[in-house]
Amino acid sequence: MDAATVLIQAMNGIQYGLLLFLVASGLTLIFGIMGVINIAHGSFYMIGAYLAWSLMGWVGSFWIGLIVGVTVALLLGLVLEWLFIRFLYDRDHLQQVLVTYGLILIFSELRSMIWGDDVHSVPIPELLSGSIQLTENLAYPIYRLWLSGVCIVIAILMFLGIQHTRLGMMIRAGESDREMTKSLGINIGLVYRFIFALGVSLAAFSGMISAPISSVFPGMGSQVLIVSFVVVVIGGLGSIKGAMIAALLVGLIDTFGKVIHLDIFGVNIFPEMSGMSIFALMALILMLRPQGLFGREH
Amino acid sequence: MTDALVNVTDLHSHYGLSHVLHGVSLDIKRGETVALMGRNGMGKTTLIKCLMGLVPATSGSIRFRGQDIKSLATHVLARRGIAYVPEGRGIFKNLSVKENLLLAARPGFEGRMEWTYDRVLDSFPRLKERLIYGGQQLSGGEQQMLSIGRALLTNPDLLILDEATEGLAPLIAQDIWSIIGIVKRSGISTLIVDKNFKALSKISNRSVVMVKGGVVFDDSPSKLIEQPKELKSWLGI
Ligand SMILES: Nc1ncnc2c1ncn2[C@@H]1O[C@H](COP(=O)(O)OP(=O)(O)OP(=O)(O)O)[C@@H](O)[C@H]1O
Ligand SMILES: [Mg+2]
Repeated sequence: MDAATVLIQAMNGIQYGLLLFLVASGLTLIFGIMGVINIAHGSFYMIGAYLAWSLMGWVGSFWIGLIVGVTVALLLGLVLEWLFIRFLYDRDHLQQVLVTYGLILIFSELRSMIWGDDVHSVPIPELLSGSIQLTENLAYPIYRLWLSGVCIVIAILMFLGIQHTRLGMMIRAGESDREMTKSLGINIGLVYRFIFALGVSLAAFSGMISAPISSVFPGMGSQVLIVSFVVVVIGGLGSIKGAMIAALLVGLIDTFGKVIHLDIFGVNIFPEMSGMSIFALMALILMLRPQGLFGREH
Repeated sequence: MTDALVNVTDLHSHYGLSHVLHGVSLDIKRGETVALMGRNGMGKTTLIKCLMGLVPATSGSIRFRGQDIKSLATHVLARRGIAYVPEGRGIFKNLSVKENLLLAARPGFEGRMEWTYDRVLDSFPRLKERLIYGGQQLSGGEQQMLSIGRALLTNPDLLILDEATEGLAPLIAQDIWSIIGIVKRSGISTLIVDKNFKALSKISNRSVVMVKGGVVFDDSPSKLIEQPKELKSWLGI
């Protein structure tokens, strides 16, 4: 690989990692704050991508589609929390997994009924089409740069929100002592509903903005769910900071795993191995630090 | 009955199948300081948690300012004017001292703002020096001051303290008792559980003794001291 390829791949890896962070942060927040394992999280990513595709067809504008889609996802999150998730806070993880697995089946069926089972693609919005010339022989798509920038802005807002707002204080307090938080007059149920809806919108938003650079297909939810779980486990359950670092690691390793050629006995082991590389990383980290990079010890 | 703040009548409570409160009745008047005593496992904390909506009452009634509050959610009870300093203090470890206080600050039920952030810091100068500390960096006494200060910032009408001075060195416990004195003089009703019989009796208007989930004594502290035999069997002193 020459330097230009390495740079391009590094940028792709970081961009993929940042996108993974958006999905995984919702997953780790919902687990860390409410103690709920939500395996339906990938479905929201899938729903986001399909929403982007169908809204694009309806309103013809990626941007309006984005606003409508995020609003729909927020409402969906509020309703789902009220209908199902709030009953799971005091249940064990098996029951949480069963209920949220039920949600996966429902959403998959609904997707099939509403949007069908075909693979679609979403065009890159005109405003962000094209590439910029980084060096003489090195160009990078503007859309991917924009996507990374958006993810970074959201990540910063999330850190600031948790550390410096009243809502962030309530979230941290609830994480530390739920009963005491209620005893100070805080409606923790409402805080949880909001967090869940926020997680759903983040996942859907990720699905929407990734639609123009990947295809929209039925299994995309489970694919992203598995990688997001790897991120959450590596970063440490419940840790936003951990999710960020793990997402970047996973993004880079996965991206480079696909392009590295390493011949052993004349066989190139890498493209075939790349799917495994992130799981190998997870296994390694779990061996060295069972609670993940930034997880609390139990 | 106009000055009664709390009326608990024939309250029963269970943890699963085990019956813990067996018909507790207890009134607290406005401005009154009530000592809740009893040996380990007699149901004091359970009664408090029922008042706070943290443990469901199976039957009986709880009234606060004359209104039935038995089935209200904990955060609603807190906003109606009940504040809680739990066993173990309940400090948020991942919040700074300042954040622990700011999170709680709100006007009281009728919009009263007697306890402000500044007044709490003036009353607890030790907290003032530790505002940016994390909750877990405080000593036991400081934690208890923070927990009381935090509860006062909700501007309550009733302050409940469970194991007010447990695990504190005598000098620090002294500080806590004098803080409770300040709270008392400010007109807030208090319900206090503590192992220190003498200090508790001195500060209270009434003593209530629980045995096996029921109230066996409810009168002035001086009457309780006149009953050495009962004191021995009820409280082991
Ligand atoms: N979460 C619980 N589940 C089941 N039983 C409980 C639970 N909490 C308390 N109990 C039981 O209820 C009874 C009353 O307990 P409670 O904590 O109210 O007593 P207490 O008077 O506060 O005691 P202490 O002085 O030790 O704090 C005890 O027998 C205790 O074992
Ligand atoms: Mg107790």
